[in-house]
Amino acid sequence: MSLTELWHKLGSPRWFYQMSTHWVWGFGIAAIVLLLAGLLWGLLIAPPDYQQGHSVRIMYVHVPAAMVAQSIYIGMGVAGFVLFVWRMKLADVAIAACLPFGMLLTALALFSGSVWGRPTWGTWWEWDGRTVSTLVLLFLYIGIYALREAIPDAQLRARASALVAMVGTINIPVIKYSVEWWHTLHQPASFTLTEKPTMPPEMYLPLLVMVLGVYCFAGYNILSRMRIEILRREQGTRWVRALVTAPTLTGQR
Amino acid sequence: MNIGALWVREWRVLMRNRSAIYNPIAFMFLAVMLFAVGSPVQDNARGEYGAAVLWLIVLLTNMLSLDSLFRRDYDNGVLEQLMTTAPVPLLAVLVRIAMQWLFSGLLMALLAPLLCVLLGLPVRVIGATMLALLLGTPALSLLGAIGASITVGFARGGVLLSLLVLPLFLPVLVFGVSAVNASLGQQSAAPFYWLGFLSMLALSLGPFAATAGLKISLQMQ
Amino acid sequence: MLQTEDLVCVREERPLFKPIALSLSRGDCVEIVGPNGVGKTTLLRTLAGLHIEYQGQVTCEQFLYQGHRMGLDELLSPLENLRWYGALRGQNISIDDLSEALRRVGMTADAMTECARLSQGQQRRVCMARWLLDPAPLWLLDEPYTSLDQQGQGLLNEILSQHCAAGGAVLAATHVALEVAHRSVLEIHPPIRPEFGGTDLAAESAMDEWL
Repeated sequence: MSLTELWHKLGSPRWFYQMSTHWVWGFGIAAIVLLLAGLLWGLLIAPPDYQQGHSVRIMYVHVPAAMVAQSIYIGMGVAGFVLFVWRMKLADVAIAACLPFGMLLTALALFSGSVWGRPTWGTWWEWDGRTVSTLVLLFLYIGIYALREAIPDAQLRARASALVAMVGTINIPVIKYSVEWWHTLHQPASFTLTEKPTMPPEMYLPLLVMVLGVYCFAGYNILSRMRIEILRREQGTRWVRALVTAPTLTGQR
Repeated sequence: MNIGALWVREWRVLMRNRSAIYNPIAFMFLAVMLFAVGSPVQDNARGEYGAAVLWLIVLLTNMLSLDSLFRRDYDNGVLEQLMTTAPVPLLAVLVRIAMQWLFSGLLMALLAPLLCVLLGLPVRVIGATMLALLLGTPALSLLGAIGASITVGFARGGVLLSLLVLPLFLPVLVFGVSAVNASLGQQSAAPFYWLGFLSMLALSLGPFAATAGLKISLQMQ
Repeated sequence: MLQTEDLVCVREERPLFKPIALSLSRGDCVEIVGPNGVGKTTLLRTLAGLHIEYQGQVTCEQFLYQGHRMGLDELLSPLENLRWYGALRGQNISIDDLSEALRRVGMTADAMTECARLSQGQQRRVCMARWLLDPAPLWLLDEPYTSLDQQGQGLLNEILSQHCAAGGAVLAATHVALEVAHRSVLEIHPPIRPEFGGTDLAAESAMDEWL
């Protein structure tokens, strides 16, 4: 199938629903395997940091959460672009599906970052480049959420959230850079809790596994939500009724 | 399209509705006074935080004048006429934003000496503050216009506007404060260039996004 | 001048009325009639490009749209408003044309008053002056008789007749019949919707949703 054909097919909710069945299973199983492996590896097997001791293990939760949270927002921005240019309704389904999980991951990243900071910096909260960017990301998510809540009309809601998602996505690198710059200015001897290339493989391999695991889980969650939303939106159509009204049900309407 | 006539209209409207200019400026001085009263008396402490407070107040003042940016035209039907009649609605939107900037951002830049003195910032910082405000406030007006265009259809869109727009203001705040503090500490021109970059970026993005936002809001009517 | 094929306006993913096929040429004056809430305003806004959710085809030449809202800046006088609209279209309207248009609608006395101080009916007349100065041949009007007194209604009929006679076209949604020669009527019918309390499957599922 050529790329343009694939693109046109993507516009059909029914085709997407049928195709995503396998993907959901795939992502789900991969997520369970990768997350279990990653957590066991990172929390139990990997060596402790010579500076931070065992508290570095929070990194295996914090870093993947932060990375995937940001990727999801950028995904929403891309979906917004698709909606504006190609008027694909599925793109709005994607944005709606990304929102809850993205917000959850961002909150998790903030929480785990705070927990990490307690033994390392001595405070529950520290304003550094990373924390501020993640917090801004949370506000960007909340902004789209609040906007969606405020518009009852589905089409308008789709276009408005697509526009805001695109504007936010373009601003993410600007915000990140400016906040990093500000942080290095204020704390020249910066000890950043980020992975560096100098991390030994015993540490960055489990991290990689965790990152992949969280991506798979995100894929599972988002695709599942998209499928449910498609069923809800297309509930009047014949193919959905055929799915829902199984022939074995008796005594029902 | 006759840009000159567009300007003339904006000017006339603003002159007949001067509270749109005075109220934010009054708020600005009120906020400065509240800060001065609420903060400890030592001059040292005030000087250190002065730049941050200055920019924070500038941000909030800009937010105040944003809410009414498109509201009147939306309510009285001029906006829908603009979208259907004008060959390039973008230009009219740009002129509107420019006029708003002239009487908020530019005005604040001109009032900077007064602000600096009231906030306890040293006198040598005044020049840098004026330049920083001059370079940074266009970004605020342009990015804010995006939020204003989307929330104009809501009756109580004020808080939603802040929520959408303040994250976008963050880089301007960061570089603006650094620009003011730069002349206190080491001399560095970098933040000024960044502010200029942000304004250019906002200029290339803002008007288009604002026009798209207005078109979306018009469908809510 | 205006052609639609199977046009259905959609609001919140619901079609508002049965598909419309419409063809307007020079000199036509068409009235849109239909029950309240059927979508006359939405139809006009769709034709004007202000509402983008629709199915079907529309081809439309240069038009003038007058919605429910006046479209006049209340802080400016009628003269300033008309001048601004001219500038928006890139026209350089001479003061003679402006005064002629205002005289035609009977607003010369209040030409320099702030629109906020004019009554609704007077503002409507200023809107009519705006139509006169607009070169667009097609007029899309939504409830043009609103707020007009007896004299104003007569003036409106005159203006519409003259416009159609001069080769323009008018498409108006109205509850009051237009008194223009050679007018035709476009009826809009709502689609068949399940009745509340009915017995078919669609109605029951609709009721479930409501409950």
